[in-house]
Amino acid sequence: MKLTRTKSYKVFRAALWAENPISKQILGICSALAVTVQLKTAFVMALSLTLVICFSNVLVSLLRNYIPRNIRIIAELVIIASLVILADQILKAFVYDISKQLSVFVGLIITNCIVMGRAEAFAMTNPPLPSFFDGLGNGFGYGLILMAVAFIRELLGSGKLFGIQVVPDAFYAAGYANMGLLVLAPGAFIVIGLLFWLQNALTPEKKI
Amino acid sequence: MEHLFNILFVSIFPGNILLSYFLGMCSFVAVSRNMSTATGLGIAVVFVMTITNPVNWLVYHYLLAPGALAWAGLPHVDLSFLKFLTFIAVIAAMVQSVEMIIDTFSPALYTALGVFLPLIAVNCAILGAALFMVERDYTLMESVVYGFGSGVGWMLAIVTMSALRFKMRYSDVPKGLQGFGITMIVSGLLAMTFMLFSGMAV
Repeated sequence: MKLTRTKSYKVFRAALWAENPISKQILGICSALAVTVQLKTAFVMALSLTLVICFSNVLVSLLRNYIPRNIRIIAELVIIASLVILADQILKAFVYDISKQLSVFVGLIITNCIVMGRAEAFAMTNPPLPSFFDGLGNGFGYGLILMAVAFIRELLGSGKLFGIQVVPDAFYAAGYANMGLLVLAPGAFIVIGLLFWLQNALTPEKKI
Repeated sequence: MEHLFNILFVSIFPGNILLSYFLGMCSFVAVSRNMSTATGLGIAVVFVMTITNPVNWLVYHYLLAPGALAWAGLPHVDLSFLKFLTFIAVIAAMVQSVEMIIDTFSPALYTALGVFLPLIAVNCAILGAALFMVERDYTLMESVVYGFGSGVGWMLAIVTMSALRFKMRYSDVPKGLQGFGITMIVSGLLAMTFMLFSGMAV
């Protein structure tokens, strides 16, 4: 069987674009807006979310026949929260500066609707392997939007990419100025709104 | 007293938990279509936040913080890494008990708020406020004021947004931008107006 025919691949691809968690399912926007001032923080955040969502999907999927229906939300929350604690401790140990910048937003992965939503909608009814790829696809789809927003905000807002200055000094000398608005909260809202418009323009037939 | 008033003012306007920290966005987008639902959810959030924030403060400072277990004879234990798990459990339990208490004592209030209470347990604004409270080292009284202020700020934002969306129903929005896109852009403009208060010191 070819790779592109497997169920895992289909699940992965759908989550990446057509069912993108942020712009199509409108889940997990909180952190998408908050950590996108710089590419570096956005990248670390996307990575931690991907890890958490993959493992929570696999764990929930493995346990899906043992979790009683009535308490499934609590069981899922406990699984997710434990994984988030793990991710937070790892970040604190290896990239302490970024972990300080992300402040409470790593903790907020617990209430990030993407993780909970995928556990509930996909992992509860599917075997571990497709669940893993569903998690991976959703994590990457989330990362894609995050990186796009962070790219625009960091480039136009502070003239840098990954903390390295890319706008040449000659531009500033010629009167070019950084757009301060994009570093602040309103910029995030507007950039994500316009990105949503772009994605809708590229895939016109689907309507929300 | 002035200090407390300052926390209240900052948490409602310039440091609005929704428009400058982006917490509680999911329900903000989903529920702001209808003004009466938005008001109901807003009141429920104020209520739950004012109660859960001090409770989480007590839990953190008497059980989890480094050295907090000194009263139990364990001065070197640091359980602060458990705060995520504990806070979310406390919030879920509080929401559940608040729901039962309201149901018993005020059926009218229950019918108004009942549907929204379960939604609140997963509202990231509540957990976010608890985590900010730890990060900023608030005292117990400050945490009550901060919880109340954040709740009011969140409610103010969602009610304003639902009113704006109601008005926008008759405007000519470009097709690809309808729904989520225009909501985000309007929130951006709304966030700008809230930020105008940031120069004001009390």
